[in-house]
Amino acid sequence: MQTNAVIKLTDIHKIYRTGEVDVHAVRGVTLDILPGEFVAIMGSSGSGKSTLMNMIGCLDRPTGGNYFLDGIDVSTLDRDARAEIRNDKIGFVFQGFNLLSRTTAQENVEMPMLYNHRRIPSAEQKERAKKALEICGLGARADHKPNQLSGGQQQRVAIARALVNRPSLLLADEPTGNLDSQTSIEIMGVFQKLNEQGITIVMVTHELDVARYTKRMIILRDGKIRTDEQVADRLNAEAELKNLKQAQEAVKLA
Amino acid sequence: MRFFAPFKIAARALRRNKMRSLLTMLGIIIGVGSVIAAVSITTGATKQVEDKVASLGQNVVTVFSGSFNGGGMRGGWGSAPTLTVEDANAIKNEISGAVAVSPEVNDRMQVLANGLNWNTRVNGESPDFLQIRDWDLTSGAMFTDGDVRSLAKVVVIGKTVVDQLFVNQDPVGQTIIIRNIPFKIVGVLEPKGFNLFGQDQDDVTIVPYTSHMKRINKRTFVNSIMVQAASKETITQVQNDITTLMRDRHKSAEPDFTVRTQLELLQMATSQAKTMSLLLAMIASVSLIVGGIGIMNIMLVSVTERTREIGIRMAVGARGRDILIQFLIEAVTLSVVGGMIGIIFGMGAAWITAHFTGWPTLTPMLWIGIACISSAGIGIFSGFYPAWKASRLDPIEALRYE
Repeated sequence: MQTNAVIKLTDIHKIYRTGEVDVHAVRGVTLDILPGEFVAIMGSSGSGKSTLMNMIGCLDRPTGGNYFLDGIDVSTLDRDARAEIRNDKIGFVFQGFNLLSRTTAQENVEMPMLYNHRRIPSAEQKERAKKALEICGLGARADHKPNQLSGGQQQRVAIARALVNRPSLLLADEPTGNLDSQTSIEIMGVFQKLNEQGITIVMVTHELDVARYTKRMIILRDGKIRTDEQVADRLNAEAELKNLKQAQEAVKLA
Repeated sequence: MRFFAPFKIAARALRRNKMRSLLTMLGIIIGVGSVIAAVSITTGATKQVEDKVASLGQNVVTVFSGSFNGGGMRGGWGSAPTLTVEDANAIKNEISGAVAVSPEVNDRMQVLANGLNWNTRVNGESPDFLQIRDWDLTSGAMFTDGDVRSLAKVVVIGKTVVDQLFVNQDPVGQTIIIRNIPFKIVGVLEPKGFNLFGQDQDDVTIVPYTSHMKRINKRTFVNSIMVQAASKETITQVQNDITTLMRDRHKSAEPDFTVRTQLELLQMATSQAKTMSLLLAMIASVSLIVGGIGIMNIMLVSVTERTREIGIRMAVGARGRDILIQFLIEAVTLSVVGGMIGIIFGMGAAWITAHFTGWPTLTPMLWIGIACISSAGIGIFSGFYPAWKASRLDPIEALRYE
């Protein structure tokens, strides 16, 4: 049971040493996330959720504790090794989309494959990027550049980019933070669909509405886990969208 | 492992910023262009001087007789009667490096033909003369060693003499009167034009030196001896051998002769052109360095401006060295492509200069190679620091950068 956990954190600490004062951002987090889970990490600013996210994403190293990602101890890896792990096992989705400007959706999605330790033939790169875009519902807009796409579409490109190297974990940092409520629901729909296909998703958010689309909710406070429970009244994005549309229709009719 | 990926990444990055790429290249284009243009123009000038010197003959070593001093008057080189035909023969027989020898006697006199007359140089030479001076005939044939032995009354004449005395006629086979003696014209020299000193080389008539010394201007001494060395490399050796031999033969305490080589003349004539080209190349290199600094400047700005991009790339798995290589390839690509365009521009500028001023220009392959290598070097040099800086960025910080 424990060995096949995608994420296994044991007593994780992170202390920032900036000048005189040590900042103890994460104070002993122990957590298992199993394949197929859809987890929301919540907390107010300063709760340590971003720091935890960076460590889960192998962008940063914990100062104490152990972190096994897909069975590999990544808490001691150096910069280059962590870069390879990120490329291979983690797909990132950011609040600000973080696409390369003046670059087509297709090339944005191909980008992670260029850094893979394995040489992926050009034709396969194209094929995989196209497929990832199709999964995210953007197959027809592969040759559009970010400035020709709406926010929701840009985020779909970013999700496609995160998926293209077939990661074990999709990590989303406030993915709906820059989107309006309807588009947010659409994006959560994409995540729910991906999760149904077996992809493990960890999402950081501070919006309870958004967190209710996930399966499990973890709330952090002062660098510690405060609550960790299954989402009881889980929302279904498809149904919510339908409701929203009906509500809009009703407004128009009235 | 994935050799082409960094090139693909860099090419895409450059394509995203066409305008910036072009502006960055501009410095190198101008730098390389001006170096190539400067070198082309000065090389052309040097080549022209070298050609003029070469028109004096191939690997020529000349022995002049000493200065005639008498009654307080000093006559200058060639005026003393010290060199003989025997000296020339000795050089030919005893010095292995001397492949051709011609004893020379020079005079200036009035010649007549067709009822016209003309004052020209009348020189006595051996048949080796043509080989030494690297000179061809446009018609007829050179006189032979047999003609030299038999004091034949034969002559080859230059283009200017033909123009003055044989208007619209073929002079070969006709007769020209030198000092009341009729000489048969056996050949016409091909035109060579003016030499380095502004002398018309075609204004000349050449007879066998024996005929000159016995028939035209009776004397036993020659003015000079022209010797051809086997190659450029042996010129100095031949010069030394001749000096030794002549000292031995003349047994005089003070050397009564002097030996000059074409090499000295060449060095003298081209040293100025070389100084000029060095100066121009140095000035042009300054613009090349400025171009390199321009690349470094823009790459540095670009690293700051593209911090977020670097963060994204690192987040999806680019290692520090991937970023380093990307920026390095970008810099080298900019400088090498700029260098190539610069070479074309420089050659174009040289061509336009040649077209409008009539100066000969020549772009040496060597300098094209130097331009290519130095622009690649500038790319590596000026790209390395910005690339290194980019590769050291922290992905978390870079992603947060606005």
